Amino acid sequence: MKVTSNAFIPVAQVALLDHEMRRSVHEGTTTAYQKRLIGMFQSGEEHGEAMRQQAAQAKRRALSRLPQLLEQAEANLTANGAHVLWAEDGDEANRLVLEIARRHGAQSVVKSKSMVSEEIGLNHALEGQGIEVIETDLGEYIIQLAHETPSHIVAPVIHKSLASIRDLFIQQLEMPPTDDAGVMARFARQVLRAKFIAADMGITGGNFVIAETRTVCLVTNEGNGRLVTSLPRIHIAIVGIEKIVETLADYATLTQILPRSATGQSLAVYTHMYNGPRRSGETDGPEEMYVIFVDNGRSEIYGTKYAEVLTCIRCGACMNACPVYRSTGGHAYGWVYPGPVGAVLTPLLNGLENARPLPHASSLCGACKQVCPVDIDLPRMLLDLRDDLFQQGHAEGIWKWGLKLWALGNQSPLLFELGGRAARTLTGGRAPRKLPGPLRGWSKFRDFPPFAKKSFRQQWRERRGT
Amino acid sequence: MTLPKREDPQGKRVSLFVTCLVDMLYPATGWAVVDILEYLNVQVDFPPNQTCCGQPGFNAGHRADARQVAIQFLKAFKDAQVIVTPSGSCAAMVRHEYPDLFAEDPLWGAEAARVAAITWEITEFIVDGLGITDLHLRLPARNVFAFHDACHGLRMLGLGRAARALLGSTENAVVGELAESDVCCGFGGLFSVKMADVSGAMLERKISQIEACPAETIVCGDASCLMHINGGLSRQASSKSVRHIAEILAAGLPDKTK
Repeated sequence: MKVTSNAFIPVAQVALLDHEMRRSVHEGTTTAYQKRLIGMFQSGEEHGEAMRQQAAQAKRRALSRLPQLLEQAEANLTANGAHVLWAEDGDEANRLVLEIARRHGAQSVVKSKSMVSEEIGLNHALEGQGIEVIETDLGEYIIQLAHETPSHIVAPVIHKSLASIRDLFIQQLEMPPTDDAGVMARFARQVLRAKFIAADMGITGGNFVIAETRTVCLVTNEGNGRLVTSLPRIHIAIVGIEKIVETLADYATLTQILPRSATGQSLAVYTHMYNGPRRSGETDGPEEMYVIFVDNGRSEIYGTKYAEVLTCIRCGACMNACPVYRSTGGHAYGWVYPGPVGAVLTPLLNGLENARPLPHASSLCGACKQVCPVDIDLPRMLLDLRDDLFQQGHAEGIWKWGLKLWALGNQSPLLFELGGRAARTLTGGRAPRKLPGPLRGWSKFRDFPPFAKKSFRQQWRERRGT
Repeated sequence: MTLPKREDPQGKRVSLFVTCLVDMLYPATGWAVVDILEYLNVQVDFPPNQTCCGQPGFNAGHRADARQVAIQFLKAFKDAQVIVTPSGSCAAMVRHEYPDLFAEDPLWGAEAARVAAITWEITEFIVDGLGITDLHLRLPARNVFAFHDACHGLRMLGLGRAARALLGSTENAVVGELAESDVCCGFGGLFSVKMADVSGAMLERKISQIEACPAETIVCGDASCLMHINGGLSRQASSKSVRHIAEILAAGLPDKTK
């Protein structure tokens, strides 16, 4: 997927004018946020916090042994009859999928939700070779019909209103008019059912891969994942290399915290665990199963101060909690992963120069870290990325010199005091109507207070001496 | 990251770090802190060479500039036994960031670690440092308050409980709840000007919650959020305002002139 993150500010400005979108995003995120609070802390605050720390430890332990665990998973999956393939980048992953499709004569593909497939632009690559691809997660299906991209990693249509989805179904699928969300979902389900039956190949992501038990794990709420992996002849799971966990016990922790963090559910409606293709004597399951481990920039984060971002389990809680995301929605972030984790991942996976505004798209309020199920220090990473931006010469001149001046003024108590006095004189002791230069954005929404007639330090000297 | 451990500050002289915003814009907040501490028989001094903690530059990613400003802080407070400040955000800068900022600095590393371990936000100093949860204050008139929890104080220092205890035990103070009191007001330092529209949208949400809240006065422990929210309320010609916790508490002190 093309990266347009450098346009964050103008795109966000436009998004802020879209009141219908903002209403939908605000309602969706705050509802999920509230449900998470209930789900995470249903056995008390201490229990929820302990679960977070246990989950963080499980993912960090897996990260520290990532190379070994990947090899272990490969050996075990292969022993079970699955084919394990490795893709260094998106192009290679797409090529591998196309080769598999060609080998098995696949003409139609059904997919369950997968963010890594968005990352590598898989649908585009398949359609370019004349292969039909149908997204079967309801949200993703809506996105596909609307020719849009997901704006949230768990709730891809969080930016859309029910009415706009209704209109889309009427126009594109000739749905009989209805405003009932349940009726609309049932209608889409009937359309999709035929696609499942006709498909040659099913493509999924994978939420976790358990090294110990050679298992690809998938959670869904709609059951589409089960149909995608059982009806077509071929199943391909495309998985980021960071999805590996060490043991079944670790998985047990993570599969509880993922849905709690995402939607407040104690467990997802469907939990799938795949060990390999259909074995002889079994009546269902795919004839062939492929697991493609995708790197696509991840190993370059491994070993840096940002490595912990690879423990992200893609729950979307940081988006739901983030007041910036709540205001702008996800599209402004300009790539696959929006919100706080997107503001960290996008520059790391695509180059800082291609996502310059994102590390600054945060008030550093810390809500993302607070809700993160694996306790990733996202505010710290945003700060470090800001430092990197500066070090690599991406700081705008006005701020570079402005902050130099600020630092100079603050290194001398005399200059500091004179600066304050100058500001008061310039504003005539009144509230300044407009702040100057790079500070002018302030005055668009807020008044600035008047400078005090006498600063605290002046008053202290007068009343108390030095 | 765990915060540096602090020693018992009882009986020690307090050096006031008034912060740059309070110094230039809200000196009354500084005097409120002085009045409360002196009411508690704490000896207060004001190191005259203090300026800013360096957070604006640090948060913008201009660390070399921030370090220069932080060095000025270290110099100004070199004789301090205990540092108290009316800002959770500036206290978090000193407690959280200074040790990291000077981690590999042979000259200032030890001093940075020292100030990180003697710095308190005013309400946590009173409650956790001095062990006082009731200041026996009485406001001149009944007023309904609600807290806005400033982000850095809340999430980096765990503030909130101390200020609520102190105001809750004050006569004539009724403490209500502000919806989404723990959601950022959109200030974020230079974020408010670099991404003014996004910040403005966050402020708009905060103001609508304040307008819907029964409290007349919103209480906050940081001059920065206070300046930001009041700036928005003033622009909307609202009858409501945000006031600093220290000023509200100080209004309940026994009248010194009597």
